[in-house]
Amino acid sequence: MSKIAIIGNGISGVTAARFIRKNSMHEVVLISEESEYFFSRTALMYVYMGHMRWKDIQPYERGFWKKNKIDLIQARAESIQFDKKCIQLNNGSTVNYDYLILATGSKSNKYGWPGQDLSGVRGLYHKQDLEYLERCSPGIRRAVIVGGGLIGIELAEMFQSRNIPVSFLVREPQFWSMILPEEESKMINRHILEHGIDLRLNSQLKEINGNEAGNVHSVTLDSGEEIKCDYVGLTAGVSPNIKFIESSEIETDRGILVDEYLRTNIPDVFAIGDCAQLRKPRKGRRDIEAVWYTGRMMGECVAQTICGKQQIYDPGIWFNSAKFFDIEYQVYGQVPSKMTDDLESFYWAHENGKKSIRIVYEKTQQTVVGFNLMGIRFRHEVCEQWILRKSALDKVLEEIRLAFFDPEFYEDCSAELLEIYRQKSGKKIEATAGWRLDEANLFLNKNNQKT
Amino acid sequence: MSTFGIKILQKGRNKMWSVVIGFSGFLMLVAATYDLLPVGLFILVISLTLISFGIILYAYEAYRDVPEGIKNNHNFFNSLSSRGWLGWLTGMVLTGFYILLYWFPEYLGQGDKSNTGLVAFFDPLSQLLKKQNASQWFVYGVLYTLAILIMGVKFIWKYRHSKYQLIRTLSVIFFQLAFAFLIPEFMLRLNMPYNDFKNMWPLNYYFFDGWHLQEMMQNGNIGWLMLIWGVLMIVVVSPVLTYFFGKRWYCSWVCGCGGLAETAGDPFRHLSDKSIAAWKVERYLIYSVLVFSVVMTAGVLYSFYSGRPSIAGIDTASLRSIYGFLIGSAFSGVIGVGFYPLLGSRVWCRFGCPMAAILGIQQKFFSRFRITTNGGQCISCGNCSTYCEMGIDVRAYAQKGQDIVRASCVGCGVCSAVCPRGVLRLENGSIDIFDRAKKVRN
Ligand SMILES: Cc1cc2nc3c(=O)[nH]c(=O)nc-3n(C[C@H](O)[C@H](O)[C@H](O)COP(=O)(O)OP(=O)(O)OC[C@H]3O[C@@H](n4cnc5c(N)ncnc54)[C@H](O)[C@@H]3O)c2cc1C
Ligand code: SF4
Ligand code: SF4
Repeated sequence: MSKIAIIGNGISGVTAARFIRKNSMHEVVLISEESEYFFSRTALMYVYMGHMRWKDIQPYERGFWKKNKIDLIQARAESIQFDKKCIQLNNGSTVNYDYLILATGSKSNKYGWPGQDLSGVRGLYHKQDLEYLERCSPGIRRAVIVGGGLIGIELAEMFQSRNIPVSFLVREPQFWSMILPEEESKMINRHILEHGIDLRLNSQLKEINGNEAGNVHSVTLDSGEEIKCDYVGLTAGVSPNIKFIESSEIETDRGILVDEYLRTNIPDVFAIGDCAQLRKPRKGRRDIEAVWYTGRMMGECVAQTICGKQQIYDPGIWFNSAKFFDIEYQVYGQVPSKMTDDLESFYWAHENGKKSIRIVYEKTQQTVVGFNLMGIRFRHEVCEQWILRKSALDKVLEEIRLAFFDPEFYEDCSAELLEIYRQKSGKKIEATAGWRLDEANLFLNKNNQKT
Repeated sequence: MSTFGIKILQKGRNKMWSVVIGFSGFLMLVAATYDLLPVGLFILVISLTLISFGIILYAYEAYRDVPEGIKNNHNFFNSLSSRGWLGWLTGMVLTGFYILLYWFPEYLGQGDKSNTGLVAFFDPLSQLLKKQNASQWFVYGVLYTLAILIMGVKFIWKYRHSKYQLIRTLSVIFFQLAFAFLIPEFMLRLNMPYNDFKNMWPLNYYFFDGWHLQEMMQNGNIGWLMLIWGVLMIVVVSPVLTYFFGKRWYCSWVCGCGGLAETAGDPFRHLSDKSIAAWKVERYLIYSVLVFSVVMTAGVLYSFYSGRPSIAGIDTASLRSIYGFLIGSAFSGVIGVGFYPLLGSRVWCRFGCPMAAILGIQQKFFSRFRITTNGGQCISCGNCSTYCEMGIDVRAYAQKGQDIVRASCVGCGVCSAVCPRGVLRLENGSIDIFDRAKKVRN
């Protein structure tokens, strides 16, 4: 029996702990400063908006930890002596380990803007950020959000739920245009405006201005314009939270460098989740992917390895999902924001301007490589199989109804989709499949291909 | 001030007016209870219209210039929907009303020969519908149906982006209005026995009572039709529908108790307890009620056919009256609805309803119905669990990517509607369902 210490009780650390317990009776200790119990960071916004209470975003009840013999320590790891296998905590105590898993997550980026440390200026990542925002909220007459990513739009929605007017600064000409193709970007632009948000495209922050008391009172843009505000949300991305070990012998770049088994350069020390940077990422995937499910996969993978079933980290085909106010977004496979030379895409949008389907395919072979969906839910496994099997675009369109995952009685847009495709391609294709679960299951059973 | 600010102010003012209007209608009912208002169809209609109009205006103001989509903002800040003082007050008023209704109807004005107070206030409407004076149950029926109707409108507004919710709500409104309210009233008017054709034993626990059997058998063809239909519902219609669609065909599309929970109870759905402890209590309680109701029914049937009032020294009539008092009145009415603002909207369906228990057993072991999950996309946010009125921890399944097969799921579809990542879908599949389901069950 070994002792395994995990620093960070986010999704990666907790998943690792759970799977170690599932596979073994090793001693497990979970160290985190932020909160006593694991909570879903992804749900912070819902607490602020009053959809849920703090306890509702904690997936496990208190008793769970005791029952599964996972020890919890709420403290900060200040430093680690890797040679002695010993962690120093900020409460003065130390923790020894046989194996160490680093799962310290991310922190909000600050790009050195003048005034970024004034009071009333803050990112949204930690529980404490939310508490801070809650304390400030009664005094906010207008808020400014800097950075147009996923957290930025969530923050905008949060302010909007409290009737706080928002100015949303996006550096690019379209919202999230580094990731989204232009049409989808524009759809979200419109949707943001529809919610009464003062969206400022092509706007860069130059300076944050404060008063004598050190509180923010306005921001200045590159254009020279000044916007009065009482709160500035910094949401220009996140980066690995590894400051406390950067000066140690562990190898880091932007994150902690790990191999395909998630091992660091130090024996018996692993890194997973947002803080880990893969030395050799799989083709088509990035070295740091700060998303929920990769953290979960890494946690499971590292647990297997530690419990003696060496497992290579393989995240499969990329997917992600988000929600922009009321529009759901899903992506499967490869969908570049600007089509490259070898790729082309077929795009269809509903006339209501809130739904669209984009299928990306390889030009010469016509094989499908990616899906981008707005306001429409597709079945994950089906899309994955099409991509894995390198299905041809025609075939995918014929079978498209297998992929619909929308709730019952939703409008089936496949007829319109096919019609547009017929017009564009001049081909005569007909739907061959229905949308029912049965057919989708048959399809999946028949083509059970693994990544 | 910005146009944005003006819009909000306006909204607040209109909402205030809607509350004033609704309350004035409600105060008329209260006044009628104390005989402070003259009896007349016109004034009754005014009172009910004011209530309806107030609530509908409120809903309109709340949702009119908000884009379609889930809006659960402020649910846990609002005193009414988060067990604040308004919630407690509402709970007490509702509970008080139920206590009067079941055990002290004379305080509502129910008289032996002629009515006074609130019941008398409803006499004109009752006369109009069935040429009889009202009873406390008629008053209750009207208010109940009205609640489902108006709050149904509000519900539809709130969930207008979801066709499933729209159709389902229209269905419960229809069944309440036609099958639970109008048809039985007309039958009475035609001197036929009262019957709610969608109501089923054991929820309808008096179905096999001697007096009820006799009433049906003595009423010629229509009585026999009622009897045969009632039995067919139990042994054929319901199992078959449940096999294909899960218990949702009844619990969230047809049933009146479910109808009230889904519409009037919607603002409280997130208050249901999701803890493992609550789940334990639920299983003990609901199956005990089921056993109780079966034993009680067997007893009354035995007495009916044998003419003997007791089996093994147990008086079947007293068994029957204990059930009626404890389960039929106290549990399903007083706690079931009175405690909406404290325990959530489906307390009765979840902890007490023997019908739900039977359908649940069928659903878990023989039904095609399940909630499927979409790959690994769950972000464990907990919206689904929080808004499950049956207290199911949907997230626990979703984050493992498992299909959800639970006896208590009423298939309301709200978990799927509130999920921000499109992870959940209600489905009736047939292929490999037993394999898929087995994985979940073990
Ligand atoms: C507002 C918001 C919304 C998001 N929404 C989505 C989404 O919709 N979908 C999605 O895929 N992803 C989303 N993400 C990203 C996702 O939450 C992260 O990828 C994920 O939480 C990373 O998990 P982790 O376990 O690696 O680290 P974290 O969740 O960051 O956990 C790390 C923990 O370690 C603690 N810690 C760090 N250093 C120390 C130390 N020295 N000593 C002790 N404890 C320490 C931290 O305090 C923290 O509690 C969102 C993130 C945010 C902030
Ligand atoms: S699990 Fe979903 S569909 Fe079933 S009762 Fe709960 S919210 Fe409704
Ligand atoms: S609401 Fe959706 S994303 Fe959130 S926990 Fe439930 S299934 Fe997962």
